[in-house]
Amino acid sequence: MIEILSNGALNTIQDLGRPGYRKMGITVAGAMDSVALWIGNLLVGNPPGSAGIEILIFPFRVRFLADAVIAVTGADCDALLDGAPLLPWWSTRVRQGQVLELQTPLQGSKGYLTLRGGVDVPLVLQSRSTDLKAKFGGHQGRALKKGDLLRLLPATGDWQTGYGVQRPQARLPSGGDSPPGVVQVRMIPAAEYAFFTTEGQERFRKQQWLVTPDSNRQGYRLSGTPLPTDGLPELLSHGLVPGTIQVPPSGQPIIQMSDANTSGGYPKMGVVIEADMWRLAQARPGDRLVFRVATVSEAVTALAKRRAWLQKLEQAICSRQRADGNVRRKNVDAGMARMGNIYA
Amino acid sequence: MRDIESRHPLPRFSNLGSGALLMEAPAPLDISWQRRIWALAYQMESCPGVLETMPGMNNLMVVFDPLLIPADALQSRLSGSWHDCGRDGPAGKQVEVPVVYGGENGMDLQQVAQHAGLSVDEVVRLHVETSYTVYFLGGYPGFGYLGGLPPELAMPRRQVPRMQVPKGSVAIGGQQTGVIPSAQPSGWHIIGNANIDLFNETRDPPALLAPGDTVRFRCERIER
Repeated sequence: MIEILSNGALNTIQDLGRPGYRKMGITVAGAMDSVALWIGNLLVGNPPGSAGIEILIFPFRVRFLADAVIAVTGADCDALLDGAPLLPWWSTRVRQGQVLELQTPLQGSKGYLTLRGGVDVPLVLQSRSTDLKAKFGGHQGRALKKGDLLRLLPATGDWQTGYGVQRPQARLPSGGDSPPGVVQVRMIPAAEYAFFTTEGQERFRKQQWLVTPDSNRQGYRLSGTPLPTDGLPELLSHGLVPGTIQVPPSGQPIIQMSDANTSGGYPKMGVVIEADMWRLAQARPGDRLVFRVATVSEAVTALAKRRAWLQKLEQAICSRQRADGNVRRKNVDAGMARMGNIYA
Repeated sequence: MRDIESRHPLPRFSNLGSGALLMEAPAPLDISWQRRIWALAYQMESCPGVLETMPGMNNLMVVFDPLLIPADALQSRLSGSWHDCGRDGPAGKQVEVPVVYGGENGMDLQQVAQHAGLSVDEVVRLHVETSYTVYFLGGYPGFGYLGGLPPELAMPRRQVPRMQVPKGSVAIGGQQTGVIPSAQPSGWHIIGNANIDLFNETRDPPALLAPGDTVRFRCERIER
């Protein structure tokens, strides 16, 4: 069991979401940065889709009411365990009574706390993700607040700790360099792209778009020199996926995110490729976005690369667990260094 | 039939990223296209690599795993099935919705009547006389977009949406009508209230309505 020690109107329990119910008007939800949640789960020996805590409001504090194995992934934030620094992207054993604090990130915006076993909340439509709009899933269908007690699901067998993985930034390039504070993502043009004037298309591609404070799990509202919207077709409502870049009459784009509307009708400039959604998820208000037009085959290759990397990580962690079966604690330090090298 | 169809343009396809395709049926919006969309959606659910289908208004979104089925292969399959899928989708069910029109939970009935230049009784009569078709579900869990509203009852949405309307609100927005499944913000005009569970996440399926269903409203009473 763990006890949440801080309020955060946007800190929620998330797994990989509930796809398959969109046609009933139910958003997919799920971790914004699914790569961070996935890796966090691998580090604590969980199936990749186990439920963890997505943290958007910092500092975030939690007390462990029993021994546990945890990992902190996602946003680049300082983590303190009883005041002592804790390595991120690292498998760590914590003791009953210890308090973990995640401080405001230096980079990125969504932190993930994964725990061995996974958070034990009821499955709703096959997922433990919180749907804030529909008010179901997660912990009582709402964000976490101070005093919430969360149980963990039982996990079988011991799990060796004391190793980590490299951040995805280093392994999953975005296909181009960008200065600090600028996030580059690739997008595939959508049906209405061709209806924008050449000037509009260029403005969209060349401008650095500001991520406004109105951005949330449902969508990112961008701000910049508005795109010309005259002459764009009127659309009938159609299905939406996370990553869809819509252009409402204001000319200021909106990107649908994890809690995307299931349907909508604004003209679409394009859709951010799935392989870059985790990177977009880590953008924060005040950051600037740059879009690069990609081909479908480039997007599929990037997705295949990501999956292959995650699979390799899983295998490496599994073989490490097997090899470590009989390793004594005094050897763990050496193991840490060894593993650090393997993943670096 | 073939002859008529061959004079119609084919559906238009576009990418929604690398993992979804949008198929837009030829304009204008037409119930026969829509039936075809439902049938095609049903058919595609069993296509290997397809993760999810989402019928919209005169269109269909198919979500897929591009490492299992390439977009162009999926597109050929969709356009190949477009003419053949006919009307063999699941038959829609009939849903009767009992409504208390007007009163505290039907606060816009009078205004809708005024806008239409009709009496309250005539508005209710028109609303219950019609058989509506569920085109698709969206916006909120379990909310069905109903087609078939008598044109006299159409009314532009409110300038300022209400922060919250009650569960079961029977509403008119533009040329559409529907029942709002749970208390939530809405810009539609509320003409009555239905004591009906359109959505329950613990039920299977969670949504009462499905695309292709027929909805009839029944007047319980009119509150004035």
